[in-house]
Amino acid sequence: MTEIDEQKTLKPKKGERLESFRNLSDIETKRLYTPEDIKDLNYELDLGEPGKFPFTRGVYRNMYRGRLWTMRQFAGFGTAAQTNERYKFLLEHGQTGLSVAFSLHTIYGYEADNEHALGEVGKEGVSIDTLKDMETLFKSIDLSKISTSMTINAPASILLAMYIVTAEKQGHTPDLLRGTIQNDILKEYIAQKSWIFPPEQSMRLIVDTIEYCTKHVPQWYTISISGYHIREAGSTAVQELAFTLADGFAYVEAAMDRGLNVDDFAPRLSFFFNAHNNFFEEICKYRAARRIWAKRMKNKYGAKKQESLRMRFHTQTAGVSLTAQEPENNIVRVTLQGLAAVLGGTQSLHTNSFDEALCLPTEKAVKIALRTQQIIAHESGVADTVDPLAGSYYVESLTNRMEEEAEAYFEQIEELGGVIPAIKANFFQKEIANASYKYQQEIEKNQRIIVGVNDFQLRESCSTPLLKIDEQVSKEQIDLLNKIRKDRDNEMVKAKLSKLKIAAKGSENLMPYIIESVREYASIGEIIATLKEVFGTYDEDSIF
Amino acid sequence: MSKNRKIKVLVCKPGLDGHDRGAKVIARALRDAGMEVIYTGIHQTPDDVVNTIIQEDPDAVMLSILSGAHNALCPLIMDKLKEKGIDDVLVAVGGIIPDEDKPILEKYGLKGFQGPGTELKEIVEFVKTNLKR
Repeated sequence: MTEIDEQKTLKPKKGERLESFRNLSDIETKRLYTPEDIKDLNYELDLGEPGKFPFTRGVYRNMYRGRLWTMRQFAGFGTAAQTNERYKFLLEHGQTGLSVAFSLHTIYGYEADNEHALGEVGKEGVSIDTLKDMETLFKSIDLSKISTSMTINAPASILLAMYIVTAEKQGHTPDLLRGTIQNDILKEYIAQKSWIFPPEQSMRLIVDTIEYCTKHVPQWYTISISGYHIREAGSTAVQELAFTLADGFAYVEAAMDRGLNVDDFAPRLSFFFNAHNNFFEEICKYRAARRIWAKRMKNKYGAKKQESLRMRFHTQTAGVSLTAQEPENNIVRVTLQGLAAVLGGTQSLHTNSFDEALCLPTEKAVKIALRTQQIIAHESGVADTVDPLAGSYYVESLTNRMEEEAEAYFEQIEELGGVIPAIKANFFQKEIANASYKYQQEIEKNQRIIVGVNDFQLRESCSTPLLKIDEQVSKEQIDLLNKIRKDRDNEMVKAKLSKLKIAAKGSENLMPYIIESVREYASIGEIIATLKEVFGTYDEDSIF
Repeated sequence: MSKNRKIKVLVCKPGLDGHDRGAKVIARALRDAGMEVIYTGIHQTPDDVVNTIIQEDPDAVMLSILSGAHNALCPLIMDKLKEKGIDDVLVAVGGIIPDEDKPILEKYGLKGFQGPGTELKEIVEFVKTNLKR
């Protein structure tokens, strides 16, 4: 095409639907991408073969031709016994890994009968107080055969301790255990808000788990550095990418400050991203993430092992994109989002259930969500070749652009003194609140169309069967807790907790003390309360 | 109420639920609509909520709950307000409130029930037209 032709086709705004086409990170999307847009791209340096530095094309040579991604549906509600039933249901239907959702009182380290737990027990996840509940949760599930992801942050060390002891009671040693704890506290201060202790003390607990697992639970992924919640709180894709990686680098630096060798722990760090609506933007986000991570780990932190350089990640489709209006439409949204995650090279995937804007998912909705992944995997053909979108003028140019925008954020964070000072200055919180308000306004002005919400609305209301959590759950859980309090050796619990407290005042690794406390059936609430006495708590300024 | 005074709204997150995107967006929309807005932040117990209402004397209170704890927390807040003799404040709850729970909450005097996808201007209008003073 000659230059004159190009001008002719670009100039008139008429003939195009919008004045400008902008993705969810507010990056302009051009009418057409050409070789000109990727003229500086160097295949070896910028993309590389799959499984080779800088891993832009994927972390394994064969990708899904070898092994499909792990289909891992996040689940948990009610009591441990109820959730154990759901896990068995999912495993029977072909799910290949478990992912535990915990009740909010567990996440905050309150016992089920604490005043803060009022109305919360078992509502957003499974209620766990003591080792006893954990034993029930994994009853008849062989922990040496399955990998388990636990979405737990502030009390991650405690739940990991419970998992280790539960496995031990099944007859398995810790070196056989596979899975991950989310354990990512920085994004809690940034976005999801379920912190307990101040940032510095939280970082100590995280490095304790990294150090302990490096020695004793070598197959465990010690932290799942998460952008998912940053995105759900309303960030853009670029912010999700930049803030998550900045958190990742902060953990690397904290572990290195402890004296750990980067190649000893980096291979067990993993990531967790969102899959939102804009298809190509999401794919480019994952590709850029891998490249940024590999380059920094090699060049800045001096990692040498290939495993330290390759970013492995889990993806979940965007809960925030689900609509309460015409919920069945969410099945289609989830399909597109899941497809983006697969084309972006995810290692595991959770597809949301269509009824999740209304309630915790019903069994039928969960099954459709799992089937969606199976259809992508086995029917669409997209899993048969590695990184099929590489070389696309648009995809490569957007991947580059997202990397550049993320680098600009890293500079800003550095200027503020790093991630923790930036949190305390409300930097991330303000950036996210601004992005989220802007997005909402664009929807209100119909600059972005959400089908069934601000266009193509249906007048009649539709009814979807909902999963209700029986208020009885709370009573049952409190009864279980009271029984444990009666049956266990309370003197022993007291002794273990006081040892933990003394250790917390010093600088020893706390994992062995937590494991000993858990083994005696000390509750999460008791362990957290003990640590609070030493570490204190944290409050944020609530900005909007 | 007098025309010269700004409408004062308390946006509030009771319970342990940390999903505050909606609450923050609504707080900003109400402020942009000319109201005085106070946001309590997250993790408010029913006592915290009532104490803040007594201290700040808002015209309206917007509770945001997405965790499913509304049936336990909202009636408690309303009972405590009643005990304190506070009956001229609009108290609304939004977030994820299933239809079948609405009549129970209405009995306690709660209004609103704005869920996902509600337009901001609808919420601004709701506050303006449902004030009790």
